[in-house]
Amino acid sequence: MTAPLLQVDDLHVRFPISGGGLFGTGRRMLHAVNGISFELAKGECLSIVGESGCGKSTTALSILGLQEPTEGTIRYRGQPLAGPGAPGRMQRAKAVQMVFQDPYASLNPRQSVRTSLAAPLKLHGVTAASEIEGRIEAMLKNVGLTPEQARRYPHEFSGGQRQRIGIARALILEPEIVVLDEPVSALDVSIRAQIINLLLDLQEKLGLSYIMISHDLSVVEHMSDRVLVMFFGEVVEEGGWRQIFETPTHPYTRRLIAAIPDPDAALNPGAAAFAADAPLPDGRRFVSDGSAAPDVFTPPVPSALTEIAPGHRVRLASTA
Amino acid sequence: MTAPLLDIRNLRLGVALGRSVHHPLLKDVTFQIMPGEAYGLVGESGSGKSITSLAVMGLLKKPLAVFGGEILFKGQNLLSLPKREMRRLRGNRIAMIFQEPMTALNPLSTVGRQIAEMFVLHQGKSWGEAEKLAVEALGNVRVPNPDRRAKNYPHQMSGGLRQRVMIAMALACNPDLLIADEPTTALDVTVQAEVLRLIKELCAARGTAVLFISHDLGVIASICQRVGVMYAGCLVEENETRALFENPRHAYTRGLLGALPRLGSRSAHGRQRLVDIDSIIADRSKLTETRFIAPRGAERGQP
Repeated sequence: MTAPLLQVDDLHVRFPISGGGLFGTGRRMLHAVNGISFELAKGECLSIVGESGCGKSTTALSILGLQEPTEGTIRYRGQPLAGPGAPGRMQRAKAVQMVFQDPYASLNPRQSVRTSLAAPLKLHGVTAASEIEGRIEAMLKNVGLTPEQARRYPHEFSGGQRQRIGIARALILEPEIVVLDEPVSALDVSIRAQIINLLLDLQEKLGLSYIMISHDLSVVEHMSDRVLVMFFGEVVEEGGWRQIFETPTHPYTRRLIAAIPDPDAALNPGAAAFAADAPLPDGRRFVSDGSAAPDVFTPPVPSALTEIAPGHRVRLASTA
Repeated sequence: MTAPLLDIRNLRLGVALGRSVHHPLLKDVTFQIMPGEAYGLVGESGSGKSITSLAVMGLLKKPLAVFGGEILFKGQNLLSLPKREMRRLRGNRIAMIFQEPMTALNPLSTVGRQIAEMFVLHQGKSWGEAEKLAVEALGNVRVPNPDRRAKNYPHQMSGGLRQRVMIAMALACNPDLLIADEPTTALDVTVQAEVLRLIKELCAARGTAVLFISHDLGVIASICQRVGVMYAGCLVEENETRALFENPRHAYTRGLLGALPRLGSRSAHGRQRLVDIDSIIADRSKLTETRFIAPRGAERGQP
């Protein structure tokens, strides 16, 4: 087996929260991410799903190097990406890039598309104007824009086009890993389909690995190879897309899937014989069924991810 | 046949710039909502769904203006109603839930007082009585600890709770028509599911008709009996929900449905590309030339 492209091992992120105590001097730790481990293979799309505040974005920011992990290691091709011995921002930028959720907010309104796309190239030592021009032109074609549009400014584009520019900017340094943070949730239905198609095409064409953060499970089902379900800083279920969507096991995963407003399910209740309604398997004890929020200021109850099928792991209470 | 609760006839509105320049935004929009019916308006940004609802509420601001048509509510034309009369109806017989509860609630007043205001304004209750009713209303929308929560300010509540407060406020006076404009777009999926169930159950129990506006076809399907599809200011297709989803007739509706990633479709068909509306529709300008409006009760007769 080849080494994974990215390896995250026992990642913890805690934030100090001031407040409490007599003069507001008490300090508590907010446990945002509690021991996340996963691997990302080349060309794979791994989705991290969960609700607001479950730690999925914090995990992504750690991978990007924008959030220092409290504990744990992140390795890219065997080299640590965080902590001592980590490469500088410049090297990391060539490995991992990010596409942001809001294409309106993530582009500099005062920079033309060309300036936005040329800046990373110049920073990375590409100085020949012809090469910069050539790469920008090729990248714009890749994302479905025309080279002439490079002269324009963000406000001259529609939401879908801006997201295309966001994708172009993430890909211009040819990273191997792209973190997609809710890449289509701000877009209209028809535009959303176009961007999803574009992301799938680019993945095949350029051999990209995606880490997609999303709470839209129908998009996740459509795009992912593997899925991590997070609940309050922990992975509660992990598996291939088929395992997660056809045999969801953790109660929280089932709740998430059942909550998707799906026209087919709404019109034919019961007809789909939905996997989420299947009885929970006997003899498994879950720490939390995902219906009540645990206290984020205390370390989580000990529990372990247990493999129930090859590659399909579920968090169960530690057998006491 | 019962008379429709809301009867919008050939509504035309747009931007009026000066006396002669009109830029149309809604072109002859016609639809009816029966008492107790949940009607969905679906379409993309800019298709005119929200201004339709604002027109019903009488909340259009300059330079938006109605050029023609009628909005009949219980047979009364809302467009010719004096402002005073409209104010009596609004919030009382026709209520609205907005997309973003944080901006729709007053940050300087407790939620209990904001709900109580409805009873004071529309039912002439005293503040003391109204505040008791407000606590009751919060309980009805299943806010835990309603008496304590009534003393909260909006910023002390989560998005889901705030939206419940909005619903409590909108349903306070038992309106005949509830307009919900993308009420769950800002919420997490599981919270969205709870809020949708709440709207559905409360309105069914009280016989409140709903005009539900959304771009999410899944949400529309789970709540509405009848759906209208809007495109570029026109109602291009209208049908019973099931018939619309199973047998979409307008090219735009077919594109919209095909563009939606659906649960289970990948197991059945593999990782396909979604339908790109632009690739199946050659000329968008021709889209509004054809309209498919199915008559009510026609669903049974279709194949």
